[in-house]
Amino acid sequence: MASVCFYFQVHQPYRLRNYTIFDTGSDYFDDVKNAQICRKVAHKCYLPANQLMLELIKKYNDRFKVSYSITGCLLEQLQLYAPDVLRSFQELSETGCVEFLGETYYHSLSSLYSREEFVEQIQAHKRTIQRLFHQRPRVFRNTELIYNNQLAELIENIGGFDAILAEGADHILGYRSPNFVYSPKKCRKLKLLLKNYRLSDDIAFRFSNRGWSQWPLNAHKFAGWVNSVNGCGFTINLFMDYETFGEHQWEDTGIFNFLRHLPDEILKHPDNNFKTPSEVASVYDAVDEVDVPYTVSWADIERDLSAWLGNPMQQNAVSELYRLEEKVKNTEDESIIRDWRKLQTSDHFYYMCTKWFADGDVHKYFNPYDSPYDSYINFMNVLDNLNFRCNEILTQKKSRLLSNVGECILSS
Amino acid sequence: MKVFMLGWEFPPFISGGLGTACYGLTKAMSKLGTEIVFVLPRASQTSHSSHVKMLSAEGYITKEDCSEFQNVHFKTIMSPLKPYASCNTNEGFGKQKRSNYISSWQCSLSEHLQNYGWDIFEQVHRYAQKAVEIASVEDFDIIHAHDWMTYPAAIAVAQLSGRPFVVHVHSTEFDRSGKHINQAIYDIERQGMHAADKIITVSNYTKNIITSRYSISPDKVEVVYNGVESNNGVFVQELPNKSDKIVLFLGRITMQKGPEYFIAAAKKVLEKMNNVKFVMAGDGDMTHRMIEYAARLGIGHKVFFTRFLRGSDVDRAYQMADLYVMPSVSEPFGIAPLEALRHGVPVLISKQSGIAETLKNALKVDFWDINQMANKMVAVLKRSPLSRALRENGGIEIRKFRWEDSAAKVIKIYKEMLTCAQAGI
Repeated sequence: MASVCFYFQVHQPYRLRNYTIFDTGSDYFDDVKNAQICRKVAHKCYLPANQLMLELIKKYNDRFKVSYSITGCLLEQLQLYAPDVLRSFQELSETGCVEFLGETYYHSLSSLYSREEFVEQIQAHKRTIQRLFHQRPRVFRNTELIYNNQLAELIENIGGFDAILAEGADHILGYRSPNFVYSPKKCRKLKLLLKNYRLSDDIAFRFSNRGWSQWPLNAHKFAGWVNSVNGCGFTINLFMDYETFGEHQWEDTGIFNFLRHLPDEILKHPDNNFKTPSEVASVYDAVDEVDVPYTVSWADIERDLSAWLGNPMQQNAVSELYRLEEKVKNTEDESIIRDWRKLQTSDHFYYMCTKWFADGDVHKYFNPYDSPYDSYINFMNVLDNLNFRCNEILTQKKSRLLSNVGECILSS
Repeated sequence: MKVFMLGWEFPPFISGGLGTACYGLTKAMSKLGTEIVFVLPRASQTSHSSHVKMLSAEGYITKEDCSEFQNVHFKTIMSPLKPYASCNTNEGFGKQKRSNYISSWQCSLSEHLQNYGWDIFEQVHRYAQKAVEIASVEDFDIIHAHDWMTYPAAIAVAQLSGRPFVVHVHSTEFDRSGKHINQAIYDIERQGMHAADKIITVSNYTKNIITSRYSISPDKVEVVYNGVESNNGVFVQELPNKSDKIVLFLGRITMQKGPEYFIAAAKKVLEKMNNVKFVMAGDGDMTHRMIEYAARLGIGHKVFFTRFLRGSDVDRAYQMADLYVMPSVSEPFGIAPLEALRHGVPVLISKQSGIAETLKNALKVDFWDINQMANKMVAVLKRSPLSRALRENGGIEIRKFRWEDSAAKVIKIYKEMLTCAQAGI
């Protein structure tokens, strides 16, 4: 018997416009390009995939279930550029077979840099999910599945979450299987669900690879692999980008057909079923504790932070960004704070990655830059301007304060 | 396999990338066992007899690298012209071979016409006649001609011998002269390209020019990138303490190299930061105009013209630089950025160059985009993580430009040509 647990990441960043050292405006983002990409992905992926999910849920009479984690930056953009996508996610939510997970609103790396900011972004995301989908997220997934012991502890302390997701990387599991529920070290209540990266990546990365020995992959074959787990695990956690359907794997690869037939093939075996992450967490007990002292993620071959923080430019950009936190918040200026938060989206640092010269073209997905150097230059120019705006406002505040004090002294 | 190779330049007589490329390519081909007869014009001994003799290609090779060139036989054609008269690279040559080698591309290929005067076509014609004489007593399988000056010779030798021939395009008249091309040179280039059995270009950039401007079918053109000499990697010299950042332009100050865009960008950089100097190393027909231009923009005190640099001064210029900029309007390949990286200097290059299509760890701009050029200059000067990443990754990347690989590719092209020739295709 095995439960198949689908979680899809749904995210698009606010891409920056071309911003040189000579620019002075506070319009940092490329609205035209962001709208274009949003509509393109909606057309190729979000709308047809959502439609299919809805059909499958109805067809299998609530026996087919999935979960999503949608970032705040995408939800905002959907409201602006593709409200039909938002409506279809709401329809999915109404079926009762779709769970929405919690994460940082801006798909940020804040868990590594600022606890205060991290918590604020989780709460902001939670409020948005409740407002749009009338659900309270019960399971947390951190940006890019970045995870370590401290993070799990923090999430347990924040409260409100039953489980957390992470990459089922070999080096944290050792001989153990990702197909069981675990508990994070030092956590009493929180459960840990680990991605089965082999089966997930068979769909997300290898599906259309003609050089792969298992190509072509069909639903029957995949269900066979799920069945072979029988007895040796409770849950197959299939975690992937939602853009896998129609965008990473184009429609002509047969990816939608694969998905259309998958529930049938999985449910042929009477012991199989589909569960959402919080159902998995509530139904199955943790079998062991997993110790993750070093940070893992779901990116690239390394499954570490090197895709965002692997070179000196990335480290410099991230640390300069978070160094501004106090200043930004002291301005109490909504637009400055929002801009600063949009700059936290991990994609900005992913574009600065110099690994992709050898690492294949995954980092090129909707990457607006020709090179990681260009992306660093652009980002730092924007950050310079943001810093300048902070200084201006703080100086004004200070002089206003001084004149108030002066008036008080005079009037007394 | 034996190759009848027709060249116009060879160290130390080089004025552009052509001589450097012929040197690197023939050396690597020789190592791979290909036998080469290299035909070269040679300066008259009447004018500078004392050192010209010593500096002839043969003298140069036998002294310095005879073992590496054991399969290359040089044939020189005496000529009355005074080649590279404006370059003056000769003094002290024996002591500083490599340095001269770099400095020498500051002289002009496009200045051929000025240097050589009205008799360039006569020289080309004479060269062709002599090449035919040499060819009649040599035995070879294939003919390989470098740039337009040698195309008439290649056509004549091919007719005489019936051997297939390849032309190797290191630059075109459009690179050298922009829109104001010399029709006679264009005609020679076009005739040579059409007569050839195969064309080698130093980049896809040049391949595109050839297919669009000379109506050559893309199938006939193969791209073989140049290499860069990988030895002599260590440059330790005492440098004066400097408080200012230095941005370097090193090359001929001619239309092709885009010096005015460099100065215009400098003006913009100085709006954002003050502790920076701009050094223009090189000479050319636009030098005086550029000095005036900088003065007119009010940045004369920030732009330094070294005029022509030679020998160790070239190394010094690289070493002092915090950034090397190549704003070329049209650059078939561009070895200079690779040399800069070899000296540990980050590079900013124009997209209108062959090197930009293959060098990843460089900043790139359109030569006319002054705003972006200045933007990126400021970024490198201000942000040390950027400068460091460009320097380190670029330093590793230049190792992929190996003359051995270029030579192997050329030999592969020969073999395919010979197979086609045998099959009568």
